[in-house]
Amino acid sequence: MSEPWMIEVQDLTKRYGSRVAIHGVSFQVARGEIVGLLGPNGAGKSTTMRILAGFLPATFGTARVAGYDVALDSLEVRRRIGYMPENNPLYPEMRVQEYLRFRARLKGLSRRRARERVEVVLEQCGLTEVRRRLIGQLSKGYRQRVGLADALVHEPDLIVLDEPTIGLDPHQIRSVRRLIKGLAGRHTVLLSTHILPEAEMTCHRMLILLEGRVLASGTPAELERRLSGSRQVLAEIAAPEEGLRSFWNACPEVAAWEMAPADDGFHRCLLMPRGDQDLRPQVYAWVREQGWTLRELSCRRYSLEDIYVRLTGQEGGGASDEDEED
Amino acid sequence: MAQFWVLFRRELAAYLVTLTGWVIMAAVAFLIGLSFVDLILAVRRTPLPLHVTEVFYQTPYFWIIVLFSGPVITMRLFAQERAVGTYETLMTSPVRDGTVVAAKFGAAMAFYLIVWVPLMVCVGLLRLWTGESRALEWPLLGSTFLGIALLGGLFLSMGCFASALTRSQTLAAMVAGLLGVSLFLLSFAVDGVEGEGMWWVRVLGAFTLVDHMRDFTRGVVDLRPVVLYGSLMLFFLYLTLRMVEGRQWK
Repeated sequence: MSEPWMIEVQDLTKRYGSRVAIHGVSFQVARGEIVGLLGPNGAGKSTTMRILAGFLPATFGTARVAGYDVALDSLEVRRRIGYMPENNPLYPEMRVQEYLRFRARLKGLSRRRARERVEVVLEQCGLTEVRRRLIGQLSKGYRQRVGLADALVHEPDLIVLDEPTIGLDPHQIRSVRRLIKGLAGRHTVLLSTHILPEAEMTCHRMLILLEGRVLASGTPAELERRLSGSRQVLAEIAAPEEGLRSFWNACPEVAAWEMAPADDGFHRCLLMPRGDQDLRPQVYAWVREQGWTLRELSCRRYSLEDIYVRLTGQEGGGASDEDEED
Repeated sequence: MAQFWVLFRRELAAYLVTLTGWVIMAAVAFLIGLSFVDLILAVRRTPLPLHVTEVFYQTPYFWIIVLFSGPVITMRLFAQERAVGTYETLMTSPVRDGTVVAAKFGAAMAFYLIVWVPLMVCVGLLRLWTGESRALEWPLLGSTFLGIALLGGLFLSMGCFASALTRSQTLAAMVAGLLGVSLFLLSFAVDGVEGEGMWWVRVLGAFTLVDHMRDFTRGVVDLRPVVLYGSLMLFFLYLTLRMVEGRQWK
């Protein structure tokens, strides 16, 4: 089967009573891609994932996974998805290996195939040494890996992970991230997070959600280019301070500027262009013209975090809606 | 079908590896033990006026076990999974809702029957000690267990339904207990009522669990209570299924 898209979401809307959790969300994910759903708490990430996983129905709109409609062919869709819900719920009274075998059998694998696959995912997720331990006694990092192993055990086409690294320490985050990256190509991965560096490092593409709508989507580089607004230029120039001041003031291309002294008689100048132009060739030309010395010239990069904060408009940090809907 | 057995085994194992399961077994064994004492006292009066199983039934412990074990056994089935969140992993697996309900109910039923095993042991012991062949009559024991299974099936299906309603196990047990006790008391409600011909008196009169169960312990298997309990059980399981599917119209 050669469906071009692994996930196709069209106008998806979900209401809980009068509260709208997601509103007209549309996006596509190609096979083999790792896509991150980004957004503050309550933005509708979990709701979107639950609809895709067949746990909740949408109020309007359609969602297709591997060409199957989530509402009409729920079982077919569920066979093709490995889903790890938020907080990674597990049965604490079961042992790791026993739990994974149970899950594999539940997902329709034969007894023999289940045993083989469990061996593979135990190895893949680094769980071999805890395979006989009770899940309830495992550390959070190991539990998270058990959840991942469960999502992988039936070799699904699509893996949906809701906040896979939440509550982990940096080492654990790294190992989980490496694991997810290793899935690209063979599996399609949709993961949600509100930690930006994580999305930037793991995902090919990102969708930013806010208040149930898709605000922006693209690769991290695209988002940066498209959304960073005017392109500030940083230049370090050795020149008399007064001369620089009057020059920048007289320059019609420079809308605003800031200057600070640096070592060895250099000055760090931050220049905001008028309009969308790239000031760098201009600055180089001016420096040559004036006979100044230039030791650095760069376009200031906006981090994804700047973009995210700008887009979601929550610089104060107080997220509007802390609790994600059931 | 394979998935049914996979789920059934997990559910049954959950009873047998957790403390709750063993507490229930211990409590029931204790109550059966108490009724065993009553039984032995009865045996000393010769001749024994009743069947062994009927003596068991007439002790007050019988109804305590039947009425309370149902809610306690079933309360965790759905409520716990909801509270812990495993309900989400379970329901996003490629399993039909009906399979989940059937497996959970089946496991509860199997555990309920395991819990009653001490009764068989007691009857066996009595036969051994007294050397009296009348003490152990297989048909009688069979019909008694049929009655226990039917009543249990009904109460467990009510418990399944109650557990599917909420994420609180306490609440589930309370609702199931309320349903069970109400049904049990229904027959007493019309006991003294005048007017045999009134339709509602006759309907309520059909729910005389006490009489039905006494018949079963005497070896009388009447098809009417069998059909009544069977259909009520299916009705409550159907309601449970609707509740499980209910997340779809939430």
